[in-house]
Amino acid sequence: MSVSDMFIALQGALSADQDIREEIRKVVQALEQTAREILTLLQRVHQGDGFQHIPKKCQKAREHFSTVRTQMESLKTKFPADQYYRFHEHWRFVLQRLVFLAAFVVYLESETLVTREDVAEILGIEADRERGFHLDIEDYLSGVLTLASELVRLAVNSVTAGDYSRPLRISTFINELDSGFRLLNLKNDSLRKRYDGLKYDVKKIEEVVYDLSIRGLNKEATGGAGGEK
Amino acid sequence: GSGGFRKRKHDNFPHGQRREGKESVNSSSALMTSFKSFQLELDTRHDKYERLVKLSRDITIESKRTIFLLHRFTSAPNGEEILNESEVKLDAVRWKIKQVAQELIGEDMYQFHRAISPGLQEYIEAVSFQYFIKTRSLISIEDINKQLVFTAEDREETANTTSSCHEEQPHTWSLKVTPVDYLLGVADLTGELMRLCISSVGNGDIDTPFELSQFLGQIYDGFTFIGNTGPYEVSKKLYTLKQSLAKVENACYTLKVRGSEIPKHMLADVFSTKTELIDQEEGL
Repeated sequence: MSVSDMFIALQGALSADQDIREEIRKVVQALEQTAREILTLLQRVHQGDGFQHIPKKCQKAREHFSTVRTQMESLKTKFPADQYYRFHEHWRFVLQRLVFLAAFVVYLESETLVTREDVAEILGIEADRERGFHLDIEDYLSGVLTLASELVRLAVNSVTAGDYSRPLRISTFINELDSGFRLLNLKNDSLRKRYDGLKYDVKKIEEVVYDLSIRGLNKEATGGAGGEK
Repeated sequence: GSGGFRKRKHDNFPHGQRREGKESVNSSSALMTSFKSFQLELDTRHDKYERLVKLSRDITIESKRTIFLLHRFTSAPNGEEILNESEVKLDAVRWKIKQVAQELIGEDMYQFHRAISPGLQEYIEAVSFQYFIKTRSLISIEDINKQLVFTAEDREETANTTSSCHEEQPHTWSLKVTPVDYLLGVADLTGELMRLCISSVGNGDIDTPFELSQFLGQIYDGFTFIGNTGPYEVSKKLYTLKQSLAKVENACYTLKVRGSEIPKHMLADVFSTKTELIDQEEGL
């Protein structure tokens, strides 16, 4: 084979690659749009009367996730199944965002941390690499870290709205999350950087709890939280 | 009244609240259990990555040594011997690549691609350099991949050193170099060919430079054809490639113009000053 023939073949392979990337980008844009819509919807829980409508908001968000599942289905068809990590960076960001949104919905509904399997199910993907388009563990953990920041904000706003017991429950949750992340040996990568921000979330929630305690505002609240356990 | 309040505050916060936080984080909760499995999964992944980085470094070092060895080819009388020796070295490199392929059985190669890419590029450089010296042509990506198919019989010998959990794996497995790795390796090859050109003049060989100039010209055309279809790294190499090509072309020019005037034993001197000049220009 002559040199120019070889380069013609290589060029063909490279432009085929570019076409795939182009297709992926289109679907990812649609996913980003849906993710923004869900985020806008859920942001409303921070506002004054939003606290009464949490179940309704979650219900609506869950409806939007069915759009996500359809879009994920179409994303899966855009590239060979065994080349997930080749194109990973194209959907990495939006997938982390979607994990956060799913985790937020699940937290608002049940005040628990969504499992990796459940997120995968909500998003219409797999939890294991072996079974196809899956949720990478680092993306899952990143999404969970975003949730921590969002919950601290929720704690602040629930105090403003007069709900003094929620911050205490959030505090317990974030503390547990913190202990969980302490178990991990992270490399010096983006996930590690995100994790380094968790301590500020922990600090902030402790301040909120402190403010409540010093004013005795958590008296009835602790009773309530204790009763739940 | 106020004393009681202060006492209550004290109980509630530093002790009460904190303790409540710590107690609820018991090590057997669902959350902690899943994080323990995450720890295992991440550690396994990082360990594999590190092993691959180490293999990649070894592959790089051995490939570089092979290239140095091959540079001696033109100046030494015992050419055949050097070619054989380089073949032995490349076999050793391939044995390392086999270990890489073994690590990647059942994995998505692209997940660990960044760990092994530098080594593979250096290997492609070495193997294509050897191929050029033998055949005066460019090795194709298919030929490279063909040499990276490993069979089960080979593995039996190494079964003691690696884990024994591969039993249900297929009998042959392979590592495929990506087109981009191949292109980057070939771009590096041109640098070696430029060195080969200059040194071959030193040996009084005045045919090789012209041959190389033509060959490099073809490769350069190929890269211009690809242009910016490829990733950024490929376009970056194009600049260095252009410089190498210019050096070789200038060498051929000098040979043509002055070759008839200068006695052969002085050619080497002419080129050593010529290359210095080019290097100085680059520095500007």
